[in-house]
Amino acid sequence: MKYLGLIWHSVWRKKIRTSLTILSVFVAFLLFALLSAVGFAFRGGEDVADAERLIVLEKVSIINPLPSSYQARIQAVPGVEAVTHANWFGGYYQEPRNSQFAQFPVRPYEYFTLYPELQMPEEQLRAWANNREGAVVGSQMAEALGWEVGDRIPITATIFPKTDGSMTWEFDIEGIFASDDPRGVTNFMLFDYEYFDEARAHSRGQVGWYILRVEDGADPVAIANAIDRQFENSPAETDTSTEAAFAASFAAQFGNIALIVSLILGAVFFTLLLVSGNTMSQSVRERISELAVLKTVGFEDSTVLGIVLSESVLIMLLGGLLGLGTGWLLIQSGGLLPGLYLPASTILLALAFMIGAGVLAGLFPALKAMRLSIIDALAVRA
Amino acid sequence: MTAIATLRGVSKTYQKGKERVDVLHELDLDIPEGDFIAVMGPSGSGKTTLLNLLGGLDKPTVGTVTVGGAELSSMSNNQLSRWRSNNVGFIFQFYNLLPVLTAQKNVELPLLLTNFGGAERAKRAQIALDIVGLADRATHHPRELSGGQEQRVAIARAIVSDPTLLLCDEPTGDLDRDTADEILKLLQTLNREHGKTIVMVTHDAQAAEYANRTLHCDKGTLETREAA
Repeated sequence: MKYLGLIWHSVWRKKIRTSLTILSVFVAFLLFALLSAVGFAFRGGEDVADAERLIVLEKVSIINPLPSSYQARIQAVPGVEAVTHANWFGGYYQEPRNSQFAQFPVRPYEYFTLYPELQMPEEQLRAWANNREGAVVGSQMAEALGWEVGDRIPITATIFPKTDGSMTWEFDIEGIFASDDPRGVTNFMLFDYEYFDEARAHSRGQVGWYILRVEDGADPVAIANAIDRQFENSPAETDTSTEAAFAASFAAQFGNIALIVSLILGAVFFTLLLVSGNTMSQSVRERISELAVLKTVGFEDSTVLGIVLSESVLIMLLGGLLGLGTGWLLIQSGGLLPGLYLPASTILLALAFMIGAGVLAGLFPALKAMRLSIIDALAVRA
Repeated sequence: MTAIATLRGVSKTYQKGKERVDVLHELDLDIPEGDFIAVMGPSGSGKTTLLNLLGGLDKPTVGTVTVGGAELSSMSNNQLSRWRSNNVGFIFQFYNLLPVLTAQKNVELPLLLTNFGGAERAKRAQIALDIVGLADRATHHPRELSGGQEQRVAIARAIVSDPTLLLCDEPTGDLDRDTADEILKLLQTLNREHGKTIVMVTHDAQAAEYANRTLHCDKGTLETREAA
């Protein structure tokens, strides 16, 4: 700590150069925060997936429906504790740009039994179950769109017209649910499947996918195989997988987001290392005689190494914390894209990156400073 | 008078490409405690090398250098660093102050290697600045000081950890006559009133007159001349 003043003043030796370097670190970590949050949103389902939940899809494609009659047959498979189903509705509120909020027709009690991590007051669940045109929305979605319990909201369908030809479905918001997992995504809306199935103009009696929970101690793989065998050679064969695999395949529809994010961040951090490494090299080169003076008055080689490395890490921390903080504020405000979340693990990873990148960028200049010969360095000036 | 520094059979040879350059040749020297010695001689005669050996910045090729009872030639680099921080103060021709630090913080630098707290470091730096007559410039940066003032700050930095030996390499080489005389008087005061042993390398015969005796260095050997 006693060297902090010396390190701080050395960092600001060239104010403009240091400011520009900090700015580039700031941009890199702002991007890191935002892209990590986007990547997390895409694979968020995987991370919070319940290992004991299985998803049954149509074997050929997720967009092909399954008969609702399968529910009883899946329930009958030994080891299956509970089954429900959901559909992709694909509507939007007011404008198509609001389509990032998904809507799923489900069976209220069954769905909440399968997803105990979704928290909602019991009376709201009852009110929803008793109102055919009722719906419940996730807290992230309600907050983003300013919805409250009691609101009546129109959703424009893109796939399912009503029997009267109308594309507008109106719902009463009966409840708002949250997730007890901070990483859980709640930017979606649920409404009653019975009402949906009766009111839609086509595809009646069909569901998008089944969700089931296996009994404690049961083998999920054996159950998944038993379910798929049961529907072999039928018009709608199934493919049963874990919820994590389902979430991953769902996210993969948008491309390999994780790879894209990693590539962008890789390029950004590589450039960052070059920029800050160059800054540190110049800084050491310019004050060879000053570093020699430190050694002359008694600073050991390892102390000089530590001081130069600390300068590099400090620059990285200044820019990095500013960038990460700004990214966090943007994400928290929801102004950029509602529903994004920056998990604590990403923040810790960013801190590790800051320190790691600082050490890497400063390593060669610091070694040069450490190995500096006092006599040669002082002779340069003389 | 007890010798604070002793050189016995000291030779220093540098390798310059394929050529061997003998800078000091079988040198014997005793520097009494409290002495003020000027070392003169032409460029390349080995004056600065002698200073570097006395300050533990370099090691002899042959022979021993003992300062304050410590045999420097057998010490490791880290041991020499620690020894320098406690026993010797350096004053350079170009002051070598850190431009980002104030005069006070420059003077405090050697004290960062001690266990003193911030308040104690500041107090001792202030005393050192007071001795060199710059107490009122403590908050000034080197760029805000004249050459003479910068050298005074450098002297304050050299004495702040109260070393017994001060090594000065052309301390007035970058100053005008009047300012040089002020600096030399200050060194004389440090020698006479504060008991510092001073070895000063200089080209300036007038500067050498402030010393008790002058050593003439030529082709790696020394010859002594007492002050008038």
